[in-house]
Amino acid sequence: MSLILLFDTALILEKSILVIVLFLITLGVAAYSTYGERKVAAFIQDRLGPNRAGPFGLLQPLADGVKFFTKEDFMPNAAERWLYILAPGAFMFVACMTSAVIPWGTQLTIFPHPVDLQVADINIGILYVMGFTSLGVYGIMIGGWSSNNKYSLYGAIRASSQMISYELAMGLSIIAVVMLTGTLSLKEIAAQQTGFNWNIWYQPLGFLLFFVCSLAECNRAPFDMAECETELVGGYHTEYSSMKLGFYLFAEYINMFISCTIIATLYFGGYNFPGVDPGWLGGFMGPIVLFAKIFFFIFVFMWIRWTIPRFRYDQLMHLGWKSLIPLAILNMLLTGAGVLLFEN
Amino acid sequence: MLESIRQIPIDYYVYLSTLLFVIGILGVLIRRNAIIVLMCVELMLNAVNLLLAAFSTYLGDAQGQIMVFFIMVVAAAEAAVGLGILVMIYRNTKSTDISLLDKLRN
Amino acid sequence: MTLYLFLTLAVVSVITALLMVFSKSPVRSVLYLILTFFAIAGQYILLNAQFLAVVHIIVYAGAIMVLFLFVLMMLNLNSDTEPQKSTVWKLIAGIASGLLLVTLVGALRGSIQISTPAKLDGRVGLVENLGRVLFTDFVVPFEIAGILFLAAMVGAVLVGKRDLQV
Repeated sequence: MSLILLFDTALILEKSILVIVLFLITLGVAAYSTYGERKVAAFIQDRLGPNRAGPFGLLQPLADGVKFFTKEDFMPNAAERWLYILAPGAFMFVACMTSAVIPWGTQLTIFPHPVDLQVADINIGILYVMGFTSLGVYGIMIGGWSSNNKYSLYGAIRASSQMISYELAMGLSIIAVVMLTGTLSLKEIAAQQTGFNWNIWYQPLGFLLFFVCSLAECNRAPFDMAECETELVGGYHTEYSSMKLGFYLFAEYINMFISCTIIATLYFGGYNFPGVDPGWLGGFMGPIVLFAKIFFFIFVFMWIRWTIPRFRYDQLMHLGWKSLIPLAILNMLLTGAGVLLFEN
Repeated sequence: MLESIRQIPIDYYVYLSTLLFVIGILGVLIRRNAIIVLMCVELMLNAVNLLLAAFSTYLGDAQGQIMVFFIMVVAAAEAAVGLGILVMIYRNTKSTDISLLDKLRN
Repeated sequence: MTLYLFLTLAVVSVITALLMVFSKSPVRSVLYLILTFFAIAGQYILLNAQFLAVVHIIVYAGAIMVLFLFVLMMLNLNSDTEPQKSTVWKLIAGIASGLLLVTLVGALRGSIQISTPAKLDGRVGLVENLGRVLFTDFVVPFEIAGILFLAAMVGAVLVGKRDLQV
């Protein structure tokens, strides 16, 4: 299917531009999430936050970038050289890949030829997202192992067991959405939720489970076991410095951005909003609505981080295996019964 | 896309699967680490999966792909139980060397 | 074009599989095997079995290999602790598997005759069709697979328990 299309030069050009724009937006959002995080933290702790670099400290991410690039690039003597270098890149790569299947809007109509706001409409979009989420763990594991440091290894093992455990509940809550909508394509799922017909009204429990699991998948507080400073120095990236460390931190913000996008698309109508046609402004209204939702969820993620204390490791595992997975199975059963009763 | 698959004779897929399968057998024979031996078994299962999927496409019949799913089920179950047993063995012998496990001989 | 893609993926999968077998460090072996699985997933996409490709990635690269890597890291196995077989044994194993390869290829040569339908159906590998076949013709095997999973899960938990009191 996709290979025949690849020979169409106009399409290649269109998709390449879309990919590059998407890439830049992802990086930009991730960079300003670091700024946002500090401002939110400052607001919650009654401080000012970054305010030296540029007006309101708006150039702070740039300054951070320069700082990361100019720091000494340190490598432990006993590290597995190639894997040590490869790991942050792999983590970043996997984080950037997921955005390919997300429908950012319907179509742009300001060009002579309507442009789909989705890089690849594959009919198994959700599974693609799940697949790449499950690959994210390799970057952490390889990084933690190849540093040849006990703290790093502990961080990596914690992170990976946490991610594997929470992926199960995540997959189960996605299955309930799939049963409800009858499709695995994210484009279809977004298109079905016109107006106020959002999936959250049918899947409140599923949304809650998915939200908790995505906090855990992103290694965000209160689930930031992998890098809890008080126990593990810095977690799996203890031995990393300079831009390699920057890649890890940056990729985590990209993961957060993508998680918020998936939450908005699966449960909160994607680019739909009651009374707003996503086709307005030549098709730019859809992305604007979607980004408004995404920023709201990014704010909620930060709000949680600076409000709720960290779980203990065994509490985390108990929550995942003994509460979330049974609840997700229950949610799946209820959804199945509901679909069976009301479908006909 | 689908018609262009005719450029590849089915024989190529058969030979590729055979080669991967034999590499798996070679690994089982020359490695002593039980975890690597399990991995080589996974590789052999994958060689068979590839063959089934190839025949499924060339015959236009979905049954081959369904069989692949069942093989994946068996592979996942095998990995879970096998690794559980290996960790247990490691606790007792402090090694994953399969040649230490011939205690029942003689 | 398709042929070149096939050849590239085939070469990658064979080379990484060989590296997996001959690599001294177990963790590297796991990583090479993951690359092999990615090449095989590429073959599935080439065969228009997209659903199979994604499930392959999720199950093998996302779950099974993470489990292997996890166990290797937990037991802290590296190339120093890696047990080695003697060179003679390796030579014998190499000859034996080489002979097997020659026998298999000899037996398969010219004996593969299948009749591909004149018009290939692009929907065979799509999730709708697979789901229908799985839940009509293969319901009983599907349920048995479910029971197998349950049994494997219970077995893995029981085996892993440290002090088992029956």
